[in-house]
Amino acid sequence: MSDRIFGAVGLLIAIGFAFAAMAIEESFLSDAVGPKAFPLIIAAVLGLSSVAIALRPDDSPEWPSLGRLTEILAAAVVMILYAEMLPVIGFVIATVVAAAYLTWRLGSGLIGSVLTGLGTSIGIYVIFHLVLGLSLARGPLGF
Amino acid sequence: MDTLSSLADGFAIALTWQNLLLALLGCFLGTIMGALPGLGPSNGVAILIPLAFTLGLGATPSLILLTSVYYGAMYGGRISSILLNIPGDEPAMMTCLDGYPMAQKGMAGQALSLSGIASFVGAFFATWGLIFLAPQLVKIALLFGPAEYFALFALAFMTLGGVSSTNQAKSAFAAALGLGLAMIGVDTQTGVPRFTFGEVHLYDGLDFLVAIVGLFALSEVFIFLENRHGEADGKKEKMVIGRLTPPASMLKQTTPTMLRSTVLGFLAGVLPGAGASLGSFISYSMEKRLVDPKGKTFGKGDPRGVAAPEAGNNAAAGGALVPMLALGVPGSGTTAVLLAVLLSLNITPGPLLFSQNPDVVWGLIAALFIANFMLLAMNIPMVGLFTRVLMVPPRILMPVVAMISFVGIYGISGSSFDLLVMVGFGLLGWVLRKFDVPLVPIILGTLLGNSMENNLRRAITIDNGNWFTLVDSPLALTLWAIAIIGFILPLIIGRKVKSRMHERGDDEGSTAD
Repeated sequence: MSDRIFGAVGLLIAIGFAFAAMAIEESFLSDAVGPKAFPLIIAAVLGLSSVAIALRPDDSPEWPSLGRLTEILAAAVVMILYAEMLPVIGFVIATVVAAAYLTWRLGSGLIGSVLTGLGTSIGIYVIFHLVLGLSLARGPLGF
Repeated sequence: MDTLSSLADGFAIALTWQNLLLALLGCFLGTIMGALPGLGPSNGVAILIPLAFTLGLGATPSLILLTSVYYGAMYGGRISSILLNIPGDEPAMMTCLDGYPMAQKGMAGQALSLSGIASFVGAFFATWGLIFLAPQLVKIALLFGPAEYFALFALAFMTLGGVSSTNQAKSAFAAALGLGLAMIGVDTQTGVPRFTFGEVHLYDGLDFLVAIVGLFALSEVFIFLENRHGEADGKKEKMVIGRLTPPASMLKQTTPTMLRSTVLGFLAGVLPGAGASLGSFISYSMEKRLVDPKGKTFGKGDPRGVAAPEAGNNAAAGGALVPMLALGVPGSGTTAVLLAVLLSLNITPGPLLFSQNPDVVWGLIAALFIANFMLLAMNIPMVGLFTRVLMVPPRILMPVVAMISFVGIYGISGSSFDLLVMVGFGLLGWVLRKFDVPLVPIILGTLLGNSMENNLRRAITIDNGNWFTLVDSPLALTLWAIAIIGFILPLIIGRKVKSRMHERGDDEGSTAD
């Protein structure tokens, strides 16, 4: 069943891709093929393979329980917040929080998580910034 | 003799303090990444790419660092296979079959050192194979025009799913998805924006490094969150390593095995779409069929069952470099990642690489030899150190992997937008892995999409808009024929091979090697 849904979604993506390809504005100076042809070929392959997946589905994968799924989404949200906050609060603080969160959700205790977060953040800061000279996001406190 | 003098030049390039140090670092990190379950060669190399860039390394040193990681990971995978019965990466799957029983018999040290030697033999001869085969392939590739290149790219995609995919439709889907992603950005020939939806960040196209790190490294973090492997911590019993040198009789017994497996593994590596996992699988199965058809000793700790897959997968790793360097078309996941490195450094692999950047090619090959000796030295006496690294629980390791991924990508572009795209790719990678959609064709698609399209348009423009030019030369027709056979054959025989490979139960199938 999962594969049938997957195929249907894939087909929708292929159709969307084809429409977006049709909408590409052609420049008056174009080569013999133009910018649309190859994307349309791709859309066709994408569509055909989606149909094939839907028609001959594999066994359904083992989907995680709702709790686990929320876990993954929550981690993704934390990562998105991390990406957004990085230039605002600086690398070290943002990384302590994000790394502590991840290690906590992977099963560390609270104190252990904070320590791991601190260790990860400071370790990366020392190795990548101080030793290797990589520029990391700078926060209001200068690190 | 030309080859040998080029090789000597290569050694002159590789034997600087900086390059030796990088090779040593690469070997060390690679072995660790190979040994840690969940970090394979492809994501290992992927998360180190940004490091190579930020160090401001040139092309040759970056490649030396990253291919050392690649070879190192091939060595490292065996450690956790033997000691914990968990393959450190997919190619090491077959090593569990006989390695773990050997360890249970108290021969862990012998299994480790024997497999180290087998890895060395495989990698050593495969590097020689690379030296002699790649220039021959270059001679053929020099005859290629745009139409032939287009056919070659098609061949790469159609055979990539190959034997290692259960479902050809899913490989095709993945390839098309990757190619589609590559189309995002301003069209190089006419200058019109495509699929950018007015987002300025997308005008340059998606950075394939962002896609690679997201798909490989971050999706791994999500997989761990889903399964919470961390719960199994601390239950690992302490394995007695025992003596660290295999007896001479064991070496003598396994020598023919190593040589046979090296040849098979190398061939499996050169073929597109096969890679190291197939190399170790074929080597093990052939060896079993050859010396122990009744299954009396294999699977119960036969040293030959340890030597065969290890020689096979390391030989395949060397073999996979042949098409990547000579044609610019990688045959496996990790070589695709290495191709990304080359492209980011503005070096186009392929036949011209050998004439225009011989220093890169031969420096790299010399470095492979050096790295191989370093790995042998590192992996036998120091194996105890690496076994200790295995004790780092994933709940600490995975956040570090995630954070290093973020740091690396941010270090390249300094933009939050790229980080968001990377998280998106991480989630996409997780979903696709659940559906058993291979990730390597996606990477290959994003890497090769633009040059595939350019070759198509060039070929047709040269021939005044005639699409039949694509199948007009015998060379192109041959490539198309191989491509079609390569796509259809697995539909007939592939299912059997793959299902046997999958009996080993492993969820890393999508990232391959």
